[in-house]
Amino acid sequence: MKKYSNTTATLALAKASFRSIMRSPSAVVFTLAFPLIFILVFGFLGGGGTRIDVGVNPGSDVDNPVISVLAKTGMIRLVKDKSKEDFDKLLEKGNIDAMIDVHKKVNSAAYSVNVVYTSASRDKGGILKSVLNNVFYDKTLKPTVAEIKESTITGRQYKTIDFILPGQLGFSLLSTGVFGTAFVFLSLRQTLVIKRFFATPVKRSSIVIGEGIARIGFALIGAVFIILLGHFFFGFTLVHGAVTVVNMLILATMGIIVFMGFGFIISGIAKSESMVPPISNIVTLPQFLLSGTFFSIEAFPTWLQPISRALPLTYLNDAMRKVAFEGAGLWDVKFQIMILFIWGIVIYAIAVKVFKWE
Amino acid sequence: METKKAIITVTDLIKKYDDFVAVQGLSFEVYENEIFGLLGPNGAGKTTTLEIIETLRPKTSGKIVVDGFSVDKNPQEIKQIIGVQLQAAGYYPNLNLTELIELFAGLYGANIKPMEMLEKVNLQDKAKAKYKALSGGQKQRFSIATTLINQPKIIFLDEPTTGLDPQARRNLWDLITEIRDAGTTVVITTHYMDEAEQLCDRVAFVERGQIIALDTPDNLIDQLVNSGFERKKEVKKANLEDVFINLTGKEWRE
Repeated sequence: MKKYSNTTATLALAKASFRSIMRSPSAVVFTLAFPLIFILVFGFLGGGGTRIDVGVNPGSDVDNPVISVLAKTGMIRLVKDKSKEDFDKLLEKGNIDAMIDVHKKVNSAAYSVNVVYTSASRDKGGILKSVLNNVFYDKTLKPTVAEIKESTITGRQYKTIDFILPGQLGFSLLSTGVFGTAFVFLSLRQTLVIKRFFATPVKRSSIVIGEGIARIGFALIGAVFIILLGHFFFGFTLVHGAVTVVNMLILATMGIIVFMGFGFIISGIAKSESMVPPISNIVTLPQFLLSGTFFSIEAFPTWLQPISRALPLTYLNDAMRKVAFEGAGLWDVKFQIMILFIWGIVIYAIAVKVFKWE
Repeated sequence: METKKAIITVTDLIKKYDDFVAVQGLSFEVYENEIFGLLGPNGAGKTTTLEIIETLRPKTSGKIVVDGFSVDKNPQEIKQIIGVQLQAAGYYPNLNLTELIELFAGLYGANIKPMEMLEKVNLQDKAKAKYKALSGGQKQRFSIATTLINQPKIIFLDEPTTGLDPQARRNLWDLITEIRDAGTTVVITTHYMDEAEQLCDRVAFVERGQIIALDTPDNLIDQLVNSGFERKKEVKKANLEDVFINLTGKEWRE
């Protein structure tokens, strides 16, 4: 009798599972379409950054270096040609973030800049304030200003995509891992596919590993697609190019393995397929909202932050951003990796207990 | 039937679920290269018995030897020489028949051509179809194809004809007979006595986890007739269905 090969069996399963995933609309939607839609929306919305609307006071001097520098930042949109009353209303509602009035000082080459902020838009006013401070404070004193403007602006250029993309990538991995794994194992169990597998010489570990290989492979293809699309179309920053991509994929693999653990647990406790989405949402939604996918965790109220800091996706997102934008190596994010690792141990310890084969 | 070599030997098989005894002391032999039928009402323990022989279910006690391998000590070896068709089993989702056969070839470590397997069960035209899209008879033929992938010595078919129309049933009987003629032992369960009469070389009646009769269909019918049994409005003196009802003596159960 020919010797039985567990590797052959595992790979046959991985191949079958991968084919099946590629043909499953929900897997493709969750892994690619959702994250891409968010990336497209934020990519186009932001045009690569925060936008601040600044009204130019009627009667202000418009043909001066201050206004032209502001217009060139790309961050500030100057609103002109409205009456004083209109501006006052807009300012009150926060529809514009500030008013600016520029006048040439009498008997001087310098300008006097008068800015009115609004409490309706404090955070953007704050950004404008720092922009003005950095760019113009010196400017009114010195005649040559181009260099200051350049350095200040590029130094702040942390684009929306640099924040959004790692978050979306993390979410894509989370939903692929949790929903995909839970659905597949539940349906394989319920339709007795697994029982039929047990009538062949295949080992249980081969079934789990084969399924895992397929899902990780699929998730990584999705990740590469998201990263490259973000990089080439929306200027997503990859500090060290290909090395950064590889580091991100290694992090993605760690993430998907942890998230698949949630899927194994859900497939074990769900009694029917209709129970999978609600239970999966209990796992994914809080992480989607609280793990810094859309907003920085620092923006949350202090009582909420400890919850955010307990979730695995928080650390995956954090590590992804550090690697992509700050050019950190994997060793630099060892703390985040360690937290993911601890999550992995806890999750798989539970999964081993609750997972059902039949 | 002349003396034949036993390929499956079941001795005093007992299976208990908590306080319910599903199988209570079954003993029988299946001979090499025969079609052996396990007959009995639902819940009699047929499927449980099959699944224990197939190494899918642990037994409470008893001894089972399949082609020289013990289910306790050599389940892996047994799996390699048997083919199993489960009652109501599904297949991996989103794959076509060719891909499913490839998957099973990998699971068995068998080197076969998917198309040849499909030709054996006359499904070559459906090579690119999904399992779900097949008719009832085609599904069962495909299930039987998956049992043949590892060129097994024995195949187990659990109610392969349930729910099929008469043509599909006869078609499947031919296929099963061909498989037996090609040298494979077949163990089959069924509710249909005409099927057992036509198809099986020997049958065992299982009732409440016990075997209450075991012989060739001919002998069983003769025994009943000899005991003075007569059919009302007879065309023939009796058929196997009469033996079944007479022996089990109970109402049909779901």
